[in-house]
Amino acid sequence: MLLYFVFVLGIGFALKRYMKTSKDFFQAGRALPAWICGLAFISANLGAQEVIGMGASGAKYGLETAHFYGIGAIPAMVFVGIFMMPFYYGSKARSVPEFLRLRFDEKTRALNACSFAVMTVFSSGISMYAMARLIQTLHVFDGLFRSFGWAPEGIFTFSILMSAVIVLLYIFLGGLTSAIYNEVLQFFLIIAGFLPLVLLGLKNVGGWNGLKTAVSAVDPRMMHEWKGVMHASTNPMGIEIIGLGMGLGFVLGSGYWCTDFLVIQTAMASKNMESARRVPLIAAVPKMVFPFLVILPGLIAISLPKPHATTIVRNENGVIYHETSNIPTREQEEGRGLVPAKINPVTGKAMLDASGHPLLDYDMATPNMLLHYFPTGILGLGLTALLASFMSGMAGNVTAFNTVFTYDLYQSYIHKGGSDRHYMAVGRWATVGGILLSICTAYAAINFNNIMDTLQLVFSFVNAPLFATFLLGMFWKRSTGHGAFVGLISGTVAAMLHHGLTLPIEAHTGIHGGWITVVHHYPSDMAQNFWGAIFAFGTNFIVTVIVSLCTKPRPESELVGLVHSLTPKPPRAHNRWWKSPEALGIAVLLGAVALNIFFA
Amino acid sequence: MNLDLRVPMGLMFIFTGAIMTTWGIKTNGNAALYERSLGINANLWWGLVLLAFGLTMFILGQRSQRRLAKEPPPPVEEGEVRRGH
Repeated sequence: MLLYFVFVLGIGFALKRYMKTSKDFFQAGRALPAWICGLAFISANLGAQEVIGMGASGAKYGLETAHFYGIGAIPAMVFVGIFMMPFYYGSKARSVPEFLRLRFDEKTRALNACSFAVMTVFSSGISMYAMARLIQTLHVFDGLFRSFGWAPEGIFTFSILMSAVIVLLYIFLGGLTSAIYNEVLQFFLIIAGFLPLVLLGLKNVGGWNGLKTAVSAVDPRMMHEWKGVMHASTNPMGIEIIGLGMGLGFVLGSGYWCTDFLVIQTAMASKNMESARRVPLIAAVPKMVFPFLVILPGLIAISLPKPHATTIVRNENGVIYHETSNIPTREQEEGRGLVPAKINPVTGKAMLDASGHPLLDYDMATPNMLLHYFPTGILGLGLTALLASFMSGMAGNVTAFNTVFTYDLYQSYIHKGGSDRHYMAVGRWATVGGILLSICTAYAAINFNNIMDTLQLVFSFVNAPLFATFLLGMFWKRSTGHGAFVGLISGTVAAMLHHGLTLPIEAHTGIHGGWITVVHHYPSDMAQNFWGAIFAFGTNFIVTVIVSLCTKPRPESELVGLVHSLTPKPPRAHNRWWKSPEALGIAVLLGAVALNIFFA
Repeated sequence: MNLDLRVPMGLMFIFTGAIMTTWGIKTNGNAALYERSLGINANLWWGLVLLAFGLTMFILGQRSQRRLAKEPPPPVEEGEVRRGH
């Protein structure tokens, strides 16, 4: 683990001498090879929320989670690569909000830049908080603290500060290049850590067929991705084909992969248009393999027999001891497989849902798998991989924040016309500021139990309608700045109203919805999410169109390079046809279809 | 940008792999330790895999570094407009 940190910082220092202009710092000089950007593209997203969250959904919903890849991420990545990247890269915008200014107007950009800056800070804070909690639960630093005689309460602070300092250092030194390089490193580390876990787990349950039988014993619907998708009651996620296809495939997936600067920034760092378009497509290839890596641990965890032994990991003088006792804890007693029940920290009792069943703490599925299968040695690797995933998510947020802050807020509204050196210094200090704010968020999360859920909810309100704005902006030349601005706001409001009026069954009113009044019950919170996104998208789309038709369009000459119909086709390089992004895109889509059939 | 990522990455995996392999050999036959990984010496085997991966990356990276060093540096694009002021 120490070794990894040394290398991470080493890369930061090695890259420092290349950082001469703000372009180098914020955009990696637009000179990186496509494969590096491609891996960073998925790694920026492969934060802890992904690794832990997909394992958790795997344990909760089964193989249907693979929809997030099959119809959520991969088609969206192909779409952004083939159709949208020419505008992002070709418009010479340096960030996604800047593209909005070029295409629409200042106020749309300001709205997007502000909401985006706030969200990145909060989400890296949440990431930090989750990591510190996990470190506490898994007792990673307990031994270290004991050997120095420090109080164990300091572990939380220690883990937050440690991750903050490391991420800060390498971004401060090397900017986006350093972040991207580290994301690639983290990508391989995550694979190195989780692949043996899946292999061991699969071997234990008796291979693929063994897993099928074992999971079917828990819930026969969980081994199928598509079966029962036509009707909400026949699949574990409780969502029917329209909600799934529209909500996840069209709105949420595309909204995230096509408009979030967090991932787009890595593609915009590549060296030319051809590679910028190839970046998301290259990224889609390993993305197809990821269901095996992150969903299967969850599935295996739920299908294993309940452990009747607890293992306490103790670290003395660098040697890690595992003490196994045969008293099942309350968490495991109430849980299922390796997934413990959620315990209310105040009362010490298992938390129940509205119908009285214990709630399972699905987030522990993947970490528990690590502890269950890995012996000392490789366990260190697994935990490092987990930490790496937290950091890669955090780093992506932080670089996106410093770019948007410097270009879209500072340079545009606070201090215009400064020197390049000045903006680079601002970018560095924005990094520091962003990380400090994230730390504050992490501490706020301790005191307010629900803050994480609330924040994620608010993000979904803001993000859901975004894709409609970009779609109209890029493919309909008549859409106007006023239309986009009003559409964005009304889409967010629609998402909020939808959430306030509906409730998933078996949930209490409040954070899960229904805080205005309950007019509709959804079979699961996923169904509620998807439909909320559809409503937000639809509202934004309709409002933008109506307002655009009532306002004056911009002259067409200003929109060249920003709108599909007014942009000349990108010059075809002298490559063979199979090297073109379109061919690659079709190959990736075919692969995705094959994957869906495999999981069907 | 003339730092090939494959070199430091290869180095990192070589070190990690070497440490794990050594640890795996040292603890080989320790049944209690490997009970949780189904009796497989996960450290040894996975260490070897990582070692091989690291070496491949390192060699590939070195090779392209050397090729780059031989070639003349690519011409600097003059038409590039500095923007943002």
